[in-house]
Amino acid sequence: MTNHWVDIKNADLIIIMGGNAAEAHPCGFKWVTEAKAHRGAKLVVVDPRFNRSAAVSDYYAPIRPGTDIAFLGGVINYLLSNNKIHEEYVKHYTNAPYLVREDFSFNDGLFSGYDAEKRKYNRDTWDYALGKDGYVEIDETLQNPRCVYQLMKQHYARYTPETVSRVCGTPKEAFLKVAEMIGETSRPDKVMTILYALGWTQHTTGSQNIRTMAMIQLLLGNIGRVGGGVNALRGHSNVQGITDMNLVSGVMPGYLRMAADEEQDFQGFLSKRALKPLRPNQMSYWQNFPKFWVSLAKTFYGKAATKENDFSYHWFPKYDKPYDVLQMFERMHNGQMNGFICQGFNPLAAVPCLQKVSAALSKLKYLVVIDPLSTETAEFWRDHGELNSVDASKIQTEVFRLPANCFAEETGSYTNSGRVLQWHWSAADGPGDAKGDVEIIAGIFTRMRDMYRKEGGAFPEPILNLTWPYSIPDQPSPEELAREFSGKALADVTDPKDPTKVLAKAGEQLASFAHLRDDGSTSSGNWLYCGSWSQAGNLMARRETSDPSGLGFYPNWGFSWPANRRVLYNRANCDVSGKPWDPSRKTIAWDGSKWTGFDVPDMRPDAAPEEDVGPFIMHPDGVGHLFALKGMADGPFPEHYEPFETPLGVNPMHPKNPLVTSNPVSRLFAYDKAQLGKADKFPYVATTYRLTEHYHYWTKNVRINSILQPSQFIEMNEELAKEKGIAHGDTVKVTSNRGYIRAVAVVTKRLRPLDIDGKKVHTIGIPIHWGFIGVAKKGFLANRLTPFVGDATAHTPEFKAFLVNIEKV
Amino acid sequence: MSKPIQRYTARERSNHWVVAIAFILAGLSGLALFHPAFFFLTNLFGGGPWTRILHPFIGVVMFLFFMAMAARFWRFNHFTAADRQWMARIGDVIRNRDQGLPEIGKYNAGQKYLFWTMVVSIPLLLLSGIVIWQPWFAPYFPIWLLRAAVVVHALTAWIMILGIIVHVYAAIWVKGSVRAMTRGTVSEAWAKHHHRAWYREMTGK
Amino acid sequence: MALQSLDIKARSATTTQSPAARKTTEVAKLIDISKCIGCKACQAACMEWNDLRDDIGHNVGVYDNPHDLSDQSWTVMRFSEVEVEQGRLEWLIRKDGCMHCADPGCLKACPSPGAIVQYSNGIVDFHEENCIGCGYCITGCPFNIPRISKKDHKAYKCTLCSDRVGVGLEPACVKTCPTGAIVFGSKADMIHHAEGRITDLKERGYSNAALYDPKGVGGTHVMYVLQHGDKPELYANLPKDPGISPLVGLWKGVTKPLMNLGLGLAVFAGFFHYVTAGPKEVEEEEKTD
Repeated sequence: MTNHWVDIKNADLIIIMGGNAAEAHPCGFKWVTEAKAHRGAKLVVVDPRFNRSAAVSDYYAPIRPGTDIAFLGGVINYLLSNNKIHEEYVKHYTNAPYLVREDFSFNDGLFSGYDAEKRKYNRDTWDYALGKDGYVEIDETLQNPRCVYQLMKQHYARYTPETVSRVCGTPKEAFLKVAEMIGETSRPDKVMTILYALGWTQHTTGSQNIRTMAMIQLLLGNIGRVGGGVNALRGHSNVQGITDMNLVSGVMPGYLRMAADEEQDFQGFLSKRALKPLRPNQMSYWQNFPKFWVSLAKTFYGKAATKENDFSYHWFPKYDKPYDVLQMFERMHNGQMNGFICQGFNPLAAVPCLQKVSAALSKLKYLVVIDPLSTETAEFWRDHGELNSVDASKIQTEVFRLPANCFAEETGSYTNSGRVLQWHWSAADGPGDAKGDVEIIAGIFTRMRDMYRKEGGAFPEPILNLTWPYSIPDQPSPEELAREFSGKALADVTDPKDPTKVLAKAGEQLASFAHLRDDGSTSSGNWLYCGSWSQAGNLMARRETSDPSGLGFYPNWGFSWPANRRVLYNRANCDVSGKPWDPSRKTIAWDGSKWTGFDVPDMRPDAAPEEDVGPFIMHPDGVGHLFALKGMADGPFPEHYEPFETPLGVNPMHPKNPLVTSNPVSRLFAYDKAQLGKADKFPYVATTYRLTEHYHYWTKNVRINSILQPSQFIEMNEELAKEKGIAHGDTVKVTSNRGYIRAVAVVTKRLRPLDIDGKKVHTIGIPIHWGFIGVAKKGFLANRLTPFVGDATAHTPEFKAFLVNIEKV
Repeated sequence: MSKPIQRYTARERSNHWVVAIAFILAGLSGLALFHPAFFFLTNLFGGGPWTRILHPFIGVVMFLFFMAMAARFWRFNHFTAADRQWMARIGDVIRNRDQGLPEIGKYNAGQKYLFWTMVVSIPLLLLSGIVIWQPWFAPYFPIWLLRAAVVVHALTAWIMILGIIVHVYAAIWVKGSVRAMTRGTVSEAWAKHHHRAWYREMTGK
Repeated sequence: MALQSLDIKARSATTTQSPAARKTTEVAKLIDISKCIGCKACQAACMEWNDLRDDIGHNVGVYDNPHDLSDQSWTVMRFSEVEVEQGRLEWLIRKDGCMHCADPGCLKACPSPGAIVQYSNGIVDFHEENCIGCGYCITGCPFNIPRISKKDHKAYKCTLCSDRVGVGLEPACVKTCPTGAIVFGSKADMIHHAEGRITDLKERGYSNAALYDPKGVGGTHVMYVLQHGDKPELYANLPKDPGISPLVGLWKGVTKPLMNLGLGLAVFAGFFHYVTAGPKEVEEEEKTD
């Protein structure tokens, strides 16, 4: 979240799209009801299903799964055509006036630089036109045809309300009503927030779904604003935490982009990431990358990381390709992976195409499952009849099960969706032989290190030199780890402006990432978390409920990264002169000499408004990106592409170009391409989702949750049910080209047939929570149906839109 | 002393007394649940839950034995012209002015009324009782029917209890009657006085 | 089950005044259906606090699970898909459970002294140790709430967490409700709170939004804010004008004392007839006749 949970109460309009906050985030959803009850906020839900969020919404619009970009592109077109944008914001805080290279182009669904063979773009042309001074050329009148504003306008002119309706199936009036409500928040005194989750990410256009809404929020001037922002509601209590650490295989903690194979030169590696400003006076905060990286390296290797050995740069892994979950299982399936440590993860259920996952796991030599519960993955080799039909005698994988503590049995920090780190204390000891995850991993490490010490190895240095300063090596304590990731001074750290002033003495905890140095005098395991455990102690454990702003910042509750800042880009909450757009929602303001207020300014404290320092300080140009430059794999402007299994067979935006029916750069392995089904055999769109009564595949082990939602079902609309002779409670079989499930049919008005380009499209809803382990009634893992294909940029699997057939059994 | 006349066989008497005992038990346990004033009666049955458990079974026993008894006495309970005359003079009967009453068969009109009241009431009690019988049958009936059944059950029982009060009192009041149900016989004088037609039938006089 | 014993307003099958020295504020739980997302956290909290565990059942084609109230499920969410306006679907989700009527039909119908009590704070509570399992409370309830356990044959229903309320806590469902759809306080405060909600709903186009506090049962201590106050039956057949069934009234009102009187009179009539008119003895002359 750019903002935080409590801040939702400050919104005037709340859009829930690509998520179902009431269903999946009922506790956080309280802030939606607060906004409605106390601010008179309106709630709009756009979703294929009239879901639990829609049940309490002011307006609901249906949409076909996988067409969010078409809908949101239509909103962009509406905003631009009806002048419903926040003009001052757009001119000063976005790259709308920036000129783009002449050779950038977009033709019939493809951007310039496409290589059909590799299914990849050469992104060189997706860049600004730079002037002779090295800065981007801009046109503040927004009239230049090569400026981002004009290119964007041209790009989205195709997304007319009629087209939206034709692609999404949303009735035109419903679309216009939503667009109109969104447009209202372009006023400086109106703010909209957007809450999304896996309903946007789990598409082959997932990243771009989110980007499109980010663009809308920029156009409306809603980012950096109290009650605004773009807010991802994370699925686990600490999934934001693991993302901040290194969930994505290509980054190190704190989103420090890892080195690729070809980057063997340390200085080259650093300078490529320490982006220079593209406009005068901009902070371009990634210029500090070397400080963050070196401090991280010092955390890993301590004294062994020296200036001479490039701070142990050569001991860090370099990647040859992304190692996302799809890539991992593809390699496993191809026999290129022998062992798999599976920690807090149930891939047999959670990775698409169970058949492939099962075959892949069967090719392993060993599988280590670290989990508090028995999982399907740990029992993938066991025959469970129709629910998991395997021949155990043919599977040689040796499975080790290491019982772990569950969350309530561990002490440590959670980072919630709103980036707030909160310390928690274990409520009970784990049962039996269960151990904490840290202890398990530490035990594996120390034993491995002993083997390297005794037996040597191909490249022992990265293991043998790893800093392991914990008082009990096999049991690092949560406090030790937290102090380590927060960071400390290894030598006295002085103020660069006044070297006599010592900011932190050697050995002291650091107060802020501003004190990190690239000379090896500091260490921090994650620069974003720096200061969370300062000399003042464990700030994550704070529980003070004072809120001077009255806006729910609670600055002394926990610690919010970065720098205890509650709303990111909060400089944009003020106009160019430094006054809040809306005085009733003040975070910070320029007081004539410095930025000050209720929140920690996301700005150099002494950057006077006249200096024109942009609010998006991480960007080298200081502004929000309507044009994404090279950041996205599939284009600087989001474009609608069909899901890989499309009910239409063509992209209605580009019916004559088969290359762009679906995302032209999503990676598709040959095995999985053959598994894709077509609409002639599988005429219905299916989408998977979660229910509020359950939590993934965990709570089917819990009696209370199982009482509340005991057995597997699917949802379908009344019209299709009638056509197929299916009644409430009948058992049906849902089949995709990859497999089938059987479940009880919930026949509902909440799903409705959509008119797509004159064709009637039905959606089948498939909740995912059942499997062959647990106390709930046994059921089929829903990923027997789902395709093994993911987003072009993030590689998140497409669980939300695929094709099935349905029949009564 | 003249020879007593056999009014009831041992079988008939046993049958009557099974019904009578069942009635008393069902009545007491029913009254216990009928009004708080009688709740103390549950103590006779081992407390509230036992009262609730036993009452319907006693009722079923009463029903079955009453049906047997009704079958035995059915044919004696048809109304006749004499009964109507007898009823017309009920005031005199109550005031013990029995002279000139019509000749009555085995049962007088009052007894017949009681008989038919029982014949209607007991099956009604059974049916309504089944509807409200927890935990076995009640869950299968809709609530509106439960509500109606409770009222029917209570009203019917009330009428029946009233009838039995009259019945018992009549037995006490009309001297010489009790032995008909205890010993099985009545005196000739009794028979002649109260049920002359039956007396003639029995004695041929 | 509850702790109170000195603030009893009414007690089943009891014809005299119960201990009432203590006075407590009349409380109410307000369920704002326009805020309810049907997450069933209240059901889970109810199970947790009261240590109830129903069977793991089956989906029968709806979201409602457990499918009905039971001795182990004192509250359930009832989901209704309705189109009040043509083309405008609404998913109305009502938390069903005991309404804690001011004039409780269950208490009126109960034959067992002290099996059902009503405290002065308005909570209607079952004391299962006094319950005889007759099920009369079911016939008395206008909302079809009490359920007889198949295991111990006692009647069970929501206690409004009388044990929690008795020590100054809110009911478990209220504490857990993530959206604030369930609130708890004095009845007066809850009515006031509801007024604010109704104003908000009217501004949002629900012109018939209203508080559900039916007069037919003397008002309730569990109240709803309904978007469609004119059509409570949309909410899984919430009765529009509930009252204790006239049949129950007939049977439990003045009728019973009158019937008792009737029985007493019959006995007395017999007795006085005997002592005045005397027994009907057969004359001696008849014997010898």
